[in-house]
Amino acid sequence: MSWAWLHKFGSPKWFFYWSYAWARPLFVSGLLVLVVGLIWGLAFAPEDYQQGNSVRIIYLHVPAAMLAQSCYLALGIAGLVGLVWRIKTAAIFINAMAPIGAVMAFIALVTGAIWGKTAWGAWWVWDARLTSMLVLFLLYMGIIALQNSLEEVALADKSAAVISLVGLINLPIIKYSVVWWNTLHQGATFTLTDKPAMPASMWLPLLVAVIGFYVLVVGLVLWRMQSDILWRERRTSWVKQEVTKHGVY
Amino acid sequence: MHPVRQKRLLWVVAIVLILGAVVGLVMYSLQQNINLFFSPTQIAQGEAPQNTTIRAGGVVVDGSVKRDPETLAVSFDVTDYEYSMTIEYLGILPDLFREGQGIVAQGEMMIDGVFKASQVLAKHDEEYMAPEVSDALKKAESKKVTGAGSAASF
Repeated sequence: MSWAWLHKFGSPKWFFYWSYAWARPLFVSGLLVLVVGLIWGLAFAPEDYQQGNSVRIIYLHVPAAMLAQSCYLALGIAGLVGLVWRIKTAAIFINAMAPIGAVMAFIALVTGAIWGKTAWGAWWVWDARLTSMLVLFLLYMGIIALQNSLEEVALADKSAAVISLVGLINLPIIKYSVVWWNTLHQGATFTLTDKPAMPASMWLPLLVAVIGFYVLVVGLVLWRMQSDILWRERRTSWVKQEVTKHGVY
Repeated sequence: MHPVRQKRLLWVVAIVLILGAVVGLVMYSLQQNINLFFSPTQIAQGEAPQNTTIRAGGVVVDGSVKRDPETLAVSFDVTDYEYSMTIEYLGILPDLFREGQGIVAQGEMMIDGVFKASQVLAKHDEEYMAPEVSDALKKAESKKVTGAGSAASF
């Protein structure tokens, strides 16, 4: 098997030009889809038979929680690629993705606390699902802190890749926390095998919001990667040429 | 794959697997502490620590909720369909608290076998429904079987 394609992605310059056209359109269309999903969910979807209108926070909580985990999965894979293949783009990706994932985990924790107060009667419980989600947020913080505090770029990238990879262990714990232990948090509404335990009038807007979040995050991460590439390669002739041609981005 | 990369890949995968196993074992041994609450069965069989604050969880038994008309005191039974226990609480219950609903109470087991709760949290399941659908389902069910208690999922 040839790995040449992977090494092509490893060139920051190649990646910059390959992704250049994508970042902004993805970001804007993601934002539009997200707004549609949120308005649909918050204003038009039915209320819940037990929780009433407070169930609507699900349209923010679930996409954010999904993204927080998906972003981490991507970080872990990038960590593996960075450590084994020593590819620069992987480190740039981790640097771009970690704050986005941290924001997603933060949104999931805050909306979860608000929802918890209305549904359960408590802002926070040291439940396995809540705690493992907090650990995910702290892992993101650790990656951001480590990558930004070490002066030597190669060392900073390597350390961030190690935590990203090792932190992957937390993902199955989050996913199965509600199965392995008894928790206050309910089980999964959506599974691969069963019908969703929710009517289509609720899961359709939720799906739209989830797609919106994903597209938005992909656009945002490409955008952040591009600016990081320009910064890291600022001494190269191609960046100097770009900047003199187009001005500062 | 280049042999150097192959070797690095093996190392990295081995380290992650070993760390995963370590975390797995730690969590297995801490299972008692990670579980949020004890079930009435566990408490009845003496698995829960005594004379200390614990959490107990179960489904509120239909028709067992007794409210004091003068104060906020309330008592109710919770069950896991094997054993049940009585919980006494003084305070405001969460909105989702109702008969047939799962709850988690924090408090202490008294000598008389009553659980004195200082906090009661409502648990809800992963099913969501529009109110009209739930009403229609309830009507259909009460037509089919009258008198049979609906088994709340917990």
